[in-house]
Amino acid sequence: MKAPAFSYVRAESIEHALELLSRHGSAAKILSGGQSLLPALNLRLAVPAILIDIGRLDELRGIKLRDDIVAIGALTRHADLLTSEDISASLPLLRQAAAHVAHPAIRNRGTIGGNLAHADPASEFPACMLALEARMVIRSEGGERRVNARDFFRGIYETALEPHELLTAIEVPRPQPGSRTYFHEFVRRSGDYAMTGLAALAHVDGAQLGDLRLSYFAIGDRPHLARATAYLVGVDITAERIAEAQASLDAELDPPDDQQASAAMRRHFARLLLSRCVADVLERPELAMEVVR
Amino acid sequence: MSRSDQPKGLTALDRPNSYIGQSVPRPNLDRLLQGRGQYVSDLVLPRMVHVAFVRSPHAHARISAINTEAAKAMPGVVAVVTGRELAGVVTPWVGVLSHLKGLKSAPQHAMAIDRVCWQGEAVVAVLASSRALAEDAAEAVEISYEELPAVTDMRSALDPATPVIHPDLGDNLAFERNHDAGAVDAAFAEADEVVEAEFVFGRHTGVTLEPRAVVADWNVGEGRLTIYQGTQAPHMVQNIAAKHLGLAEQQVRVVCKDVGGSFGIKVHIYADEMAAYGLAKLFRRPVKFVADRVESFNTDIHARDHICKGRIAVNRNGLIKAFEIDDLTGIGPYSMYPRTSAVEANQVVNLVGGQYTTPNYRARARVVFQNKNVTCQYRAVGHPIACSVTEGLVDLAARRIGMDPVQIRRLNLIGDDAYPCASPTGLRFEALSHHASLQKLLQMMDYDVLRAEQARLRREGIHRGIGLASFIEVTNPGAAFYGVGGARISSQDGVTVRLDAAGSVTCYTSITEQGQGSEAITAQIVATGLGVSIDRVRVVLGDTDATPYGGGTWASRAAGIGGEAALQSAKALRGNILQVAAAILQARPADLDISDNAVVDPSSGERKIELSELARIVFFRPDTLPPGLQPEMVATRHFVPREYGFAFTNGIQASRLEVDTTTGFIRLLDHWVVEDCGTVINPQLVDEQIRGGVVQGLGAALFEHCIYDERGQLTNANMADYLVPMAAEMSDIAVGHVVTPTKESELGAKGAGEAGTAGAAAAVANAVNDALSPFGVTIAEIPLTPRVILSALGRA
Amino acid sequence: MTATRIALMVNGESISADVPARLNLADFVRDQLGLTGTHVGCEHGVCGACTMRVDGEIVRSCLTLAVQADGCAVETIEGLSDSGEIADLQAAFRERNALQCGYCTPGMLFTAQDLLLKCANPERTEIREHLSGNYCRCTGYHAIVDAVERTAKARQRRP
Ligand SMILES: Cc1cc2nc3c(=O)[nH]c(=O)nc-3n(C[C@H](O)[C@H](O)[C@H](O)COP(=O)(O)OP(=O)(O)OC[C@H]3O[C@@H](n4cnc5c(N)ncnc54)[C@H](O)[C@@H]3O)c2cc1C
Ligand code: FES
Ligand code: FES
Repeated sequence: MKAPAFSYVRAESIEHALELLSRHGSAAKILSGGQSLLPALNLRLAVPAILIDIGRLDELRGIKLRDDIVAIGALTRHADLLTSEDISASLPLLRQAAAHVAHPAIRNRGTIGGNLAHADPASEFPACMLALEARMVIRSEGGERRVNARDFFRGIYETALEPHELLTAIEVPRPQPGSRTYFHEFVRRSGDYAMTGLAALAHVDGAQLGDLRLSYFAIGDRPHLARATAYLVGVDITAERIAEAQASLDAELDPPDDQQASAAMRRHFARLLLSRCVADVLERPELAMEVVR
Repeated sequence: MSRSDQPKGLTALDRPNSYIGQSVPRPNLDRLLQGRGQYVSDLVLPRMVHVAFVRSPHAHARISAINTEAAKAMPGVVAVVTGRELAGVVTPWVGVLSHLKGLKSAPQHAMAIDRVCWQGEAVVAVLASSRALAEDAAEAVEISYEELPAVTDMRSALDPATPVIHPDLGDNLAFERNHDAGAVDAAFAEADEVVEAEFVFGRHTGVTLEPRAVVADWNVGEGRLTIYQGTQAPHMVQNIAAKHLGLAEQQVRVVCKDVGGSFGIKVHIYADEMAAYGLAKLFRRPVKFVADRVESFNTDIHARDHICKGRIAVNRNGLIKAFEIDDLTGIGPYSMYPRTSAVEANQVVNLVGGQYTTPNYRARARVVFQNKNVTCQYRAVGHPIACSVTEGLVDLAARRIGMDPVQIRRLNLIGDDAYPCASPTGLRFEALSHHASLQKLLQMMDYDVLRAEQARLRREGIHRGIGLASFIEVTNPGAAFYGVGGARISSQDGVTVRLDAAGSVTCYTSITEQGQGSEAITAQIVATGLGVSIDRVRVVLGDTDATPYGGGTWASRAAGIGGEAALQSAKALRGNILQVAAAILQARPADLDISDNAVVDPSSGERKIELSELARIVFFRPDTLPPGLQPEMVATRHFVPREYGFAFTNGIQASRLEVDTTTGFIRLLDHWVVEDCGTVINPQLVDEQIRGGVVQGLGAALFEHCIYDERGQLTNANMADYLVPMAAEMSDIAVGHVVTPTKESELGAKGAGEAGTAGAAAAVANAVNDALSPFGVTIAEIPLTPRVILSALGRA
Repeated sequence: MTATRIALMVNGESISADVPARLNLADFVRDQLGLTGTHVGCEHGVCGACTMRVDGEIVRSCLTLAVQADGCAVETIEGLSDSGEIADLQAAFRERNALQCGYCTPGMLFTAQDLLLKCANPERTEIREHLSGNYCRCTGYHAIVDAVERTAKARQRRP
């Protein structure tokens, strides 16, 4: 199980990386943390002619707080998200999620940019970005563009990135003060990819939900933002409301059936996560209990 | 001589400064802790080349053409070899044993010749200067296949409409055994209740962390083949390699240093390893083969894969009247060599119901061929199946009659005073301790308190379960396993002990070490038997040129058989030394002993002569010894149990867990084991064998599954998709002992390597069913995944 | 596809070497430097046997290219042992028989030490969680958790 032969260039600057990308196009692969690319290479599932290593581009690293957004450099590692106080304070959802991504040694190298570009439908971060309404900052020799998370994820391992483009940063709007987050995933073993999971952002308005974004992962070919929240926002939440929302959620999902979980299980988990999330953000545990019956 | 014949105070176990029964740290650990181990994967020899195999992508296909030209022209390539070419060097084999009546299999070659029979079978070998270059060239080999229908479902393997994998054999039935004891029909007819279930056991595999690894070195000048291999049985490899390469046995040397895990995976003869030996001979240079993880999943033996129907007859007073089973297992396209793939099913027949008193037992086992990877003996061969079926049925019976699982076991387990006795299949039990073990287990776990807690939590909607599984385990096999069937696998083991000139001791044993602690227990026994401190003893193992001839480490035999050989050889050397000491000291040998590295007066403890001084005289100044005395500072002894075919051990496990009935997830809370392996040579090593074994059983119970599709493709042949148990999901494991030494040996030790695996899955399954009892469902399938649980509960 | 020259520190020794781009760090230290204490169990990042330290942080060396380690400080089990940094942890593993075949051990030691450096007094569940990416087929983990816990306690008692 040895990687096939390829060439390797270490990018000296973003411009250098972009120039290499435009020269080699789809024969090239960006190397960030390598935690998804190297397994694929070792298993000979990927056969790039050249790797463009952006790992030393410090300008792609780091977390910057601006007035209304948090800008996260593409090379920011999972370990950084887990330990950064800025993230804990402003985007706790990402810290919660990072704890569930792989294991310490992998989190020390895996990067947020690589993770999002890889777009594994079972991954935690793409769903978080969808919940948080993040924008991807994408550069090519032709210039810079921004793509909303909702439009960025296109399918299994598929994104809006063109072969000559580089994901340089993620801009995450700071949630309004008082927002609540919820994160839970069903995994067989700690650190595994999820069977189904939920990353959610809620705004609680008295006893009601002012806003609710339920972003599911491992439920389809890309993260899924539930439309069923329409049944829950701005109304008094009762078991009946939740049941309605669950039924509607069920109708909008088309989950896969695979070794990890059957489609029916994924639907079941998705419904459970909905009620548990609502119960959690409203601090009304009885809401989660009632639907179990 | 048995223990009871000896005057007290003179047994090996009671000698002054005895190491037996002590948790002495293993001498080889420091090396491994510092990264200074010597595993075969680490080995580099001059002129060594690496082999990569081109393996079949199909489960069953005819090979219509092979083109190796492009591959041969690739950088670094030394040779590209087909199965037909290799067949000129390595002769084929058939994995049968004559005592398994009717067992049949087809000739198997080191590499496929004109047909492939499972996905992963090696077809072409590429030799190159590095593994990466060999893999590059392997991609350039062109093979055309004509796909044939694949037999994958064992349930239909015997249907007339199903193609026969080996037409010469007539059908896909490799082996069938029927057994009928007592009055089964009458027992079922008369019993108050009859309960039945179909138990399903997924295929899983060993996943040793170091994959299989071989370096084969044919030295044409010496006419010798040296095989460096992570194997449990060096002499078996020597014998078989010689036989199929057309060499005399002394032309083959097998060397085995550190091994990164075995568990039965590394006790077989694999076709690709035979190919590596053959390639070394063909190209007259060292050839290295290290399976990568994908190859491991596709070609390391798999195990289990049984569907076993079971029935139990029980009276309302709790008396079990009969067991009946019908077991079906799929073993892949060939019976494995030389141990065969019929042994697991045979063990299931042997073991079901073996811990209980009922004499009424009927069993059928059928072993069928399939186009999947081969299965064979993996840790606790057959035991987890027999235990899960037996204990699953007993729990079902208890539930049917409304009796506590402890009570039904108390009523039916063979009494601790009933020995010697025999099972309905004729297994002879020397002495077991089912009731003492059960009692100890209940104390350790505080059974009644846990039952009360369970009832309380159940009212709160929390579903905890407690499951028990008593078991018997086959250890210390004599010739009955393989020798009587014609396999050239030694039942005996031997140990040579040598006193060296500086008073230290070198000891050569035919048992092998893969982390169990063979080296440590050998040193403990020799140090004790001889009377020296353990740091003076150096143990050499794993080299057919150096050690006595013997079987190696498998089937929980190393401590019981190799340990006794160590004890007897140490005692023999002690006798030799005392003879010389007596001559020097002008005393009688019987009035002397060795203790703490010196010859002493046993009554006063007075040190008469240091062993180092005695050795100095023997080796450097024999001229000062009395005339005619020829000191013999080496002794060798062999041992094989003669009275009993196997030393049975017994034990009982319990699992406590919580089932989330909403999600189907299981959380392990506690696991307890009480085990009786006779004399405990090193309590810590025994406990850790048990714990490691339990977790392998828990892996099977909850996670591990080789998932094949209907075309015979293994769909999860990597470590991301094949789930092994990891630290976070496992619980601590409490281990306790009851000690009933075997009288077959002075040491009294039986095996302990497989007990953990034997009962763990059964305990978990019983606990899950106990937790789910309010829902009126029973699950008889492992692995117990959330999907299985949820679908049983009708939730997904 | 020619070799690239890299210069790095390995266990405190400065090394320069020509490496093909595809060579991973595990194979580099094993095959080119003879540091075979780094073990390879899966080559796809799951088993943890190849864990070592690069610039002071634990990584999977099968998922790191040797060229990526250019200019870095690499520590393998041989160096970590010789430095004496984990002598107490190794002693605890020995006393507790927290290894059987020893193949997972170098990676386990690196991961355990990583935890102990970050968290002085971990709970057993935290130990299990931190080690959750390191596979051990032999021990069943209990003894490893004991050894790490004991080392943490002993280090806390140290002045
Ligand atoms: C055992 C194991 C368990 C794991 N478990 C999880 C898990 O539970 N959840 C999870 O989410 N992930 C998991 N991962 C994957 C991990 O999170 C990876 O780190 C991540 O998916 C990829 O990040 P990377 O920086 O390593 O990217 P790389 O592997 O370097 O790259 C991944 C892909 O993205 C492309 N790419 C990288 N950076 C950019 C960029 N800036 N612009 C454009 N394209 C780019 C690459 O060309 C490549 O195709 C696991 C990995 C392993 C080995
Ligand atoms: S070999 Fe690197 S994680 Fe398994
Ligand atoms: S000790 Fe063998 S894998 Fe851990």
